[in-house]
Amino acid sequence: MKALARKWLPAYAGLYVIFLYLPILLLPIFSVNASPIPQFPLTGITTKWYRDLPKTPALIDAAWNSLIVGVAAAVLSTVLGICAARAVTRYRFPGRRPIQGLIMAPLVLPEIIIAISMLLILLSLGLSLSLFTVVLGHVLICIPYSITVLVSGFEGFDRSLEEASADLGETAFGTFRRVTLPMVAPAIISSLLVSFTISLDEFIMAFFLAGTETTLPIYIWGQLRFAAKLPGVLALGTLMLAASILMLTFAEAASARRTPHR
Amino acid sequence: MQEPPLPDRTMIDIRGVSRSYGSFKALDEANLSIREGEFFSLLGPSGCGKTTLLRMIAGFDTPTTGKIVIDGQPMDGIPANRRPTNMVFQSYAIFPHLNVEQNVAYGLKRLRLGAEEEKRRVEEALAMVSLTGLGKRGATELSGGQRQRVALARALVMRPKVLLLDEPLSALDKKLREQMQVELRRLQKAVGITFILVTHDQYEALAMSDRIAVMFGGRIAQVAAPKEIYQRPVNRQVADFLGGMNFIRAELVEEAGNAIVVDTLGFGRVRTERPPAWEGNGRAATLGIRPERLRVLWDDARAAHEVAGTLIERHYFGEITHLVVDVPGMEKPLSVTETNDFGADDLPVGATIRLAYDPDALVAMAD
Repeated sequence: MKALARKWLPAYAGLYVIFLYLPILLLPIFSVNASPIPQFPLTGITTKWYRDLPKTPALIDAAWNSLIVGVAAAVLSTVLGICAARAVTRYRFPGRRPIQGLIMAPLVLPEIIIAISMLLILLSLGLSLSLFTVVLGHVLICIPYSITVLVSGFEGFDRSLEEASADLGETAFGTFRRVTLPMVAPAIISSLLVSFTISLDEFIMAFFLAGTETTLPIYIWGQLRFAAKLPGVLALGTLMLAASILMLTFAEAASARRTPHR
Repeated sequence: MQEPPLPDRTMIDIRGVSRSYGSFKALDEANLSIREGEFFSLLGPSGCGKTTLLRMIAGFDTPTTGKIVIDGQPMDGIPANRRPTNMVFQSYAIFPHLNVEQNVAYGLKRLRLGAEEEKRRVEEALAMVSLTGLGKRGATELSGGQRQRVALARALVMRPKVLLLDEPLSALDKKLREQMQVELRRLQKAVGITFILVTHDQYEALAMSDRIAVMFGGRIAQVAAPKEIYQRPVNRQVADFLGGMNFIRAELVEEAGNAIVVDTLGFGRVRTERPPAWEGNGRAATLGIRPERLRVLWDDARAAHEVAGTLIERHYFGEITHLVVDVPGMEKPLSVTETNDFGADDLPVGATIRLAYDPDALVAMAD
């Protein structure tokens, strides 16, 4: 049994990884294919699809919208996350655990249900759909991630560190600059990057709440109806993929820096 | 080791300081005067107000009423960062993003001493705590004992008038703790700075301090030198907290100035010093004698003062044995601590044994 496991486990792991990443690998490959039909063998290598991207005004609009929504959602969810993480790690109060659970719930609730509920509420409040409503939806989705990252960043923060700084003659501002900030900055940066990445790729919320505006995922969805546009979508997808991986790597590096020797 | 006498100058004056949190009184009318160069301990169980008092001296907490004066200067309204005190925290509070050198130099940066002088002071402080050569070590790569030394160096490098230590040894294992007790005491005498130590460990307080304040429930029960506190506790609570004590019920016969005469069951008539906190509690009184002040009398040895009883329990502790001796007429059996050099660990349970004592070891105390 053991020998069997030793033999087949690596193979299984290999298959698993291929299953996970093969589709993603195909994306950049077909995005440089000269033929617009995603099919092997490749007919030639071209950067045409990439060069065409900036010439599509609708795409540029969608990219701008995504950037605005992403930055706003990242900042908002990180600010809210800082408050929540600070409260959860520093104070003991009644209902702390249930509240923590409720905050984390959007992580596992079906997103489409949340999106529909939000749509109903926003409309009944008389708010018109816009990028602002998308930001609201994204904040809801991003907050659990922000809090997870920030709580682990704040947990190691001993309050007596701030006291020690004051004790050694430092002012409140000096303490913030020399002790608090350097210690929690990696977690904050990490939270910003993770939230931005999530917002950038998010489709369901944006689809329901954007009204007439489009974000990148909605734009891509729209383009899929036209076979001729597919290579452009693949190129755009590749770029977004690269950006996501890059940001998550930075986020990971930032949070790793926090605990250098543990 | 003969230590030079302390200069008789007050460094810290605590005048009627109280601290309430809502209806809870953490500290109740504390009055204390701590001398320059003194190693002073605040000793008591958790919740006795010792840490509250220390934090108010440091400036992390404010007295509800009363006044704290450090080196002649009232501290009202002066925040922690402008007080001539530095603290060694219980958790050490070493800045994890800085190395040892940067931790020690943290407070010096604000003084703008210049790179050369700063480096010299850091080196000096590291040498003081035997950490020379570890300056570049990351804060997270240190052992518990090393972190403790960094915390100490970081505070001492500021040359405070008063160094505050909040249970600094409680996180260390027993052996290291005992070693650090000796080292801390030596260091304090070398630098001559007033040290105020908060601890719940009576041995630590006894071993290191010039004077100890024993605290219970927000009140200071007794302030005295270690020997005095141990040998002449003012009340049962202090006696109990500092170690084993046999309490003996007594009846007052006569009050004669500074002395009192009492009758006891077992120890007979005893003349002893009147305790400072003595309140004429009718005719009832309490005497106490430490277990190690009772000695087993072997064979037909005789002593001027003896008490006899039956050995009912024996507990072996390596270098010592605890004996429990039932004395006829006494309401509780006596605890006796005997070193094992004469075979106390072999005394048969049930045997009749005689105990010698020095009547001076019997102290009267308030209940």
